[in-house]
Amino acid sequence: MKQFLEGSQAVAEIVTLCKPAVISAYPITPQTHIVEGLAQIIADGRLNSQFVNVESEHSAASVVLGAVATGVRVYTATSSQGLFYMAEVLFNIAGLRLPVILTCANRAISAPINIWNDQQDSISLRDAGWIQFYAENIQEVVDLHLIAYRVGEDKSMMLPVMVCMDGYTLTHGIEVVDMPNQEQVDKFLPAYAPLYKLDPQEPLTLGPLVDPESYTETRYAIQETHKEALKLIPQITTEFNQAFGRQYNGLIEEYRTKDAERVIVAMGSVCGTIKDTIDELRAKGKKIGLLKIITYRPFPYQEIYEALKNIPMVAVLDRALSLGSFAPLASEIKAVFCGKKKAPKVISSFIVGLGGRDITKDSIKEMLRLLNTKERTLEFIDLKPELLKDKYE
Amino acid sequence: MFGPLIVKPGTSRNNKTGSWRIEVRPKFLRKNCIGCKICLLNCPEACIKGEAKNAYEVDFDFCKGCGICAVMCPKDDIIMVKEESKE
Repeated sequence: MKQFLEGSQAVAEIVTLCKPAVISAYPITPQTHIVEGLAQIIADGRLNSQFVNVESEHSAASVVLGAVATGVRVYTATSSQGLFYMAEVLFNIAGLRLPVILTCANRAISAPINIWNDQQDSISLRDAGWIQFYAENIQEVVDLHLIAYRVGEDKSMMLPVMVCMDGYTLTHGIEVVDMPNQEQVDKFLPAYAPLYKLDPQEPLTLGPLVDPESYTETRYAIQETHKEALKLIPQITTEFNQAFGRQYNGLIEEYRTKDAERVIVAMGSVCGTIKDTIDELRAKGKKIGLLKIITYRPFPYQEIYEALKNIPMVAVLDRALSLGSFAPLASEIKAVFCGKKKAPKVISSFIVGLGGRDITKDSIKEMLRLLNTKERTLEFIDLKPELLKDKYE
Repeated sequence: MFGPLIVKPGTSRNNKTGSWRIEVRPKFLRKNCIGCKICLLNCPEACIKGEAKNAYEVDFDFCKGCGICAVMCPKDDIIMVKEESKE
């Protein structure tokens, strides 16, 4: 049924339909409305779930780790500093092969403290072993949660999944969302049937000390499983499309790229603004397209190669940095074409919209103006030079 | 794909940590032993067994040669000897 919902509320509703047995989270802007919503739903008796109040994100992540290990479905959500506070537990969850589903309301990282949107938080945790999805709009956020549970809990995966939604733009934005009903969700997402669980009747060891004899193999196995995920995610997405009448690809989305001369690569809510800009410029005869990355981990190398190999000029939009080096997404897009015969002539890297600075159509147009035969590395769009000083004063 | 993640309980019995011993191992002299159990209770590997006086023994499959038993023995009835010695 179509409903007019705030992004956070929509997430709370879809998580309710997924029926997690244990939820634990600590409030942090801009994620707060999600867990506030879930706490209310549980208090109202609409969801039979244990909501564990904790004193920090480190504890929230630890609670869901412990709970999922006993073989029940779990959920948590966080943002920015909270995600970083969870960091060591997040690596543990992936290393222990436990399917925790987490919503990350993307927010900038301190210092200076900033509660607005960029993607530095989840991008910084790209190496944790989690599958990462990035949503463009609220509908996609809702749908990706269902796909996330199916992928993570699949017996061939047993991996945690992070659904990333841009803070405020998506968490506090209100859109018409097609919400599935309980029956549809139950059919697509049956109860969690764990491959292994902590059970006193059938004891097993989870998380023992692993010495040099076998540590490498635990990491290799996760790496290989991520490769398998590149096949599984499209399969489950196809199944999802059939069940709910949508048209997702799962890994990437190509928007008007077929005859494009210039293509922008981006992730998250900015893709909506880019699509509008493309439509406007296409009407003026400019051949521009968008490659949206939905699945950032595992990184869909092959699909990106196929999508961009015949495109003359590519602009990669990063909403995060790897301070002191190339931008995270740009360096990986470049790596896709390293040593390949077919490749874009130019792959330029742009940094846009850090700490909630608006990315307007003009920002996108400025980026496209700079996307020419001269390759650019780490070009900051909408930078204010008047705020910068050479000396401390 | 899964690595060596989930193991059945009791695998520490199969991991013979006695191989970590490098230089010395304990020798129970069995002369002045009073059966106080101090060696047994202090052994971090719990690999000393015994009840009666002068009848304690070490499971060398798990003894790491730390020497705590020799230091703690109130009767100096345990000494550390070179690993390769035949004592």
